[in-house]
Amino acid sequence: MSILTKALILILTLGLAACNNPDRNGDASGNNGLNGSGIDVNGLGDPSDPNSVAYFNAMIGDRVLFAVDTSTLTDTGRAILQGQAQWLASHPSYAAIIEGHADEQGTREYNLALGAKRASAVQDFLISQGVAAGRLRTVSYGKERPLAVCSDEGCYEQNRRAVTVLQAGAGA
Amino acid sequence: MRLIQIFARAALTALTLMTPATLLAEPLRIVIDSGVIEPMPYAVPNFIDEGGAGEYAANISRVIASDLTGTGLFREIGPEAFISQVTSFGAPVAYSDWQAINAQALVTGAVSGSGDQIVVKFRVYDVFSGAELGEGMQFAGTPGSWRRMAHKVADAVYSRITGEGGYFDSRVVYVAESGPKNARLKQLAVMDYDGANIQYLTDNSALVLAPRFSPTGDRILFTSYATGFPQIYLMSAADLSIRALDQQDGTMTFAPRFSPDGNRVVFSLERGGNTDIYTLDIGSGALSQLTDSPAIETGPSYSPDGSQIVFESDRSGTQQIYIMSAGGGEPVRVSNGNGRYGTPVWSPRGDMIAFTKQNEGRFHIGVMLVDGLEERLLTSSFLDEGPSWAPNGRVIMFTRQGAGEGGEAALFSVDISGRNLRQITTDGPSSDPAWSPLLP
Repeated sequence: MSILTKALILILTLGLAACNNPDRNGDASGNNGLNGSGIDVNGLGDPSDPNSVAYFNAMIGDRVLFAVDTSTLTDTGRAILQGQAQWLASHPSYAAIIEGHADEQGTREYNLALGAKRASAVQDFLISQGVAAGRLRTVSYGKERPLAVCSDEGCYEQNRRAVTVLQAGAGA
Repeated sequence: MRLIQIFARAALTALTLMTPATLLAEPLRIVIDSGVIEPMPYAVPNFIDEGGAGEYAANISRVIASDLTGTGLFREIGPEAFISQVTSFGAPVAYSDWQAINAQALVTGAVSGSGDQIVVKFRVYDVFSGAELGEGMQFAGTPGSWRRMAHKVADAVYSRITGEGGYFDSRVVYVAESGPKNARLKQLAVMDYDGANIQYLTDNSALVLAPRFSPTGDRILFTSYATGFPQIYLMSAADLSIRALDQQDGTMTFAPRFSPDGNRVVFSLERGGNTDIYTLDIGSGALSQLTDSPAIETGPSYSPDGSQIVFESDRSGTQQIYIMSAGGGEPVRVSNGNGRYGTPVWSPRGDMIAFTKQNEGRFHIGVMLVDGLEERLLTSSFLDEGPSWAPNGRVIMFTRQGAGEGGEAALFSVDISGRNLRQITTDGPSSDPAWSPLLP
């Protein structure tokens, strides 16, 4: 789905998208780093519902990927983040934690710092797109929470990521 | 009277053996710096039970042998080869019997127990010189500390023969891992240097990383995600109480290490995506920023005299090792080879820096002089990282992680000569080892 189509869907659904988000996101305390996931899997909602976390995650895209040992946003990444910024603009009750990650090709501490740079790059871009800074926090997991566990580039490219994890009821 | 005669004859025998032996034999000495060496053959007959020692006498001897043989510098000659048996601690040593089986060193000892105390005494002999090496010593302690007493005996033997400080009576704090690689559970654990006496210091409810012992072993620094965000914490080794050190909203702190006086922590603080090096005065909480660059600066480690800090920075474009004054200031780059260098750790002797090196798809543990010269890679694997020095600066422990879904992390040790690579047996997958000082 192109960005334009996504944006259209968003615009079309804005009128219907009253902020009735009955605890879609489970625990919104923010203390969800222990599981490495800020999302309560029971609260995702239906990806066909543009107001749902599942829609944000799957249709807009909750993550951007990075080249080896870089924290520079790619064109694809920026397009996804523009979509995230638009969604956040129309869903002000949500805050987000941006989780930065690295692949295993690096020492533990360096990767923590690299993950933080990636999360921060996403945070800065979202702020530049109008998202209030107070709605965004960052955390780095370095190489501690790989998504894919094989040891080749096919997995590594999925692990070099920054994931925007929504928190219901924690926004402005 | 008879006893006196025996002792007199023993002394005489020793004297008559000693004279030619000292002329012919090299002194009993292993020089660790030399290249490939032949392990020194030695014997440690089971210690004599002088009453109330039960199984401790034999067990202590076996731990001593395990310590010495485990260094790769010694080779035990087992009891099946013995010509004479040691039947009492005070009996004269039949040097010729030990010479005949080519035991160059002989360790004898005895254990006695009464009430809540056992006493271990030992002597070390230079068999071919026909003389005792150093003086007999004894240790007293509770039965529960029998392993420590064995390690202390082994440390004394090792020291007398190598001229180096020992490292067997020490502990290692590390991270015990469980669960799948993409949802790893981690908890802090501590063990004797040889993997015995494992104790868990935290549960696995919060991700924990890279614990470090204080210079006296009384406290442990580590990084935990207990709040959902990585922050550094201080644990008391005595009662396992924990307190957060520096928690500023929107920042992340990690990679802590103690200053040599134990009063300060040097660590990485990330703010707005940029990671710099800071120190924190543990008593006052005063924070001081040591680096200020847009690069990633982490992995700080003090020199043993506290005057300098070695750390890694990618300010040149790749991870490299730098040294700066303990108060900050312009750093000097010390790593100059190909590849990336990280996790520098200053040796307790002050002469070398251990590091992790990534080059051409492989990870290595290496050492170099503090000016970057004489770089030596000690290991090579899919993923080796995080060296920690033994208290005597002669052995390094590190994490080796296997590749792929089934690739587990394990603790390994290696001599700074690159010899004697060994896996330390733990309860399960383990990472981030940090050696304690030699215990008092």
